[in-house]
Amino acid sequence: MNKLRDTKSSAGESDLHTMSIVLHVNGLDHHIDIAPWITLLDALRDRLDLTGTKKGCDHGQCGACTVLVDGVRVNSCLTLAVMKDGADITTVEGLETDGRLHALQEAFVKYDAFQCGYCTSGQILSAIGLVKEGHAKTHDEIRELMSGNLCRCGAYPNIVAAVEEVLQAKEGPI
Amino acid sequence: MTPFTYTRARNIEEAVRAASRDSRSKFIAGGTNLLDLMKENVERPTHLIDITHLPLKSIVKAEDGGLLLGALTTNSQVAYDERVIQHYPLLASAIRAGASPQLRNAATTGGNLLQRTRCYYFYDTAMPCNKRMPGSGCGAIGGTNRIHAILGTSDHCIATNPSDMCVALAALGAIVNVSGSEGTRKIAFADFHRLPGEHPEVDTTLQPGELVTSVELPAAGFSTNYSYLKLRDRLSYAFALVSVAAALRIEDGVIAEARLALGGVAHKPWRELAAEESLKGKLPGSLGFSEAADRILTDACGQGDNDFKVSLARRAIIRTLEQAAAGTPQSQIDKKIA
Repeated sequence: MNKLRDTKSSAGESDLHTMSIVLHVNGLDHHIDIAPWITLLDALRDRLDLTGTKKGCDHGQCGACTVLVDGVRVNSCLTLAVMKDGADITTVEGLETDGRLHALQEAFVKYDAFQCGYCTSGQILSAIGLVKEGHAKTHDEIRELMSGNLCRCGAYPNIVAAVEEVLQAKEGPI
Repeated sequence: MTPFTYTRARNIEEAVRAASRDSRSKFIAGGTNLLDLMKENVERPTHLIDITHLPLKSIVKAEDGGLLLGALTTNSQVAYDERVIQHYPLLASAIRAGASPQLRNAATTGGNLLQRTRCYYFYDTAMPCNKRMPGSGCGAIGGTNRIHAILGTSDHCIATNPSDMCVALAALGAIVNVSGSEGTRKIAFADFHRLPGEHPEVDTTLQPGELVTSVELPAAGFSTNYSYLKLRDRLSYAFALVSVAAALRIEDGVIAEARLALGGVAHKPWRELAAEESLKGKLPGSLGFSEAADRILTDACGQGDNDFKVSLARRAIIRTLEQAAAGTPQSQIDKKIA
């Protein structure tokens, strides 16, 4: 197991309250001491410097913070880091393999499925979860099962097109 | 979030003991509602007991031919379970109508039952709310109340229970199994949630320290004639303004048994036995359906902004019964109302 970071707590977390946990993020082990009230989202961004996962509403409404936990898409803002001790977590930083983008990343580029890009990593992780779940077969099903991800720029038609192409091609290690 | 301490329960007894010892502690599983409320300082537990390691994650056959849903089964797990889809499609449909895929992947069966009955005044700590702070008043009565209750309200609270899953569970007559320091007991679904009355701060009849361990679905699943219709301001990922779960058992063209439950209209999933009884022995058709709707809505009363809910509920009940009778349940993908 690689110890990648020091175990010092962030300011404001008294040692009395911190817990030692390990998060397996994108294939690497991170040992951290963390207060129980820190969300997985804040742990990823502020402790592990994995800022690709975005904080939008911080209330589970926008989906920008979507990551995979043990292969399942969840809102990292509504998850405590201490509750994911030992879990496998995938963020947008962990999607490329050997310099090649994930099929869904390629499709988002191809279809221009974003404008400002703030929701994009959440959209892509959510779409990967959707493909793994295997419940979406049609255009309407993709729309419904992507409803937990909001895009204020309104790139929805292109997002659905990107997801649809990957679903049809069934390419890439999803 | 207000700081708190955290422990992981290794077994049910340990969880119950920890919760019984400390009245300001709470169980946490999916956390999708609790953490959200904690971020707003609406809920301020001083201790969280993580129950996600307890062995309550399976769906098994019950002795009477029904199905037992472990309290920690996720909403997604239940909604896509083959046995649930086949025997309890009303439940699968209702769950899929609620929340978002990410939330359903995290939220659990027990947690869905225990999400707070709530409204925007409950969330807004600058406003009075008897549910959040007993005795402070109700901002919604005489305030902005488009989403609020039309049945079973009190002078203290007019909030609605937002669960879709619980509306189906009410219609199916589920049973909630709980464990407490005094042992285990069964709670009929209709008795699990409570009306606001004088104490809107109490949502359920659970005793301090009691833990939901499973939800039991009776053998009768009404899998032929059912429908869950959810009406809301936005077609996906929004709470119901009005929702209806309808289930019929039709024998020789006549209604032998009927189940009806409403969401978005009261402090708890609303089930009216007199309306169900009134359908028995009738031919499925608009006349009987509108009589049943009238029986449910006899005492319905709007609060101003939500006055529309009374007639919306009436039409939704009739339409859902028609869908159930025809065997054409509402699709949760194609939102067109057939």
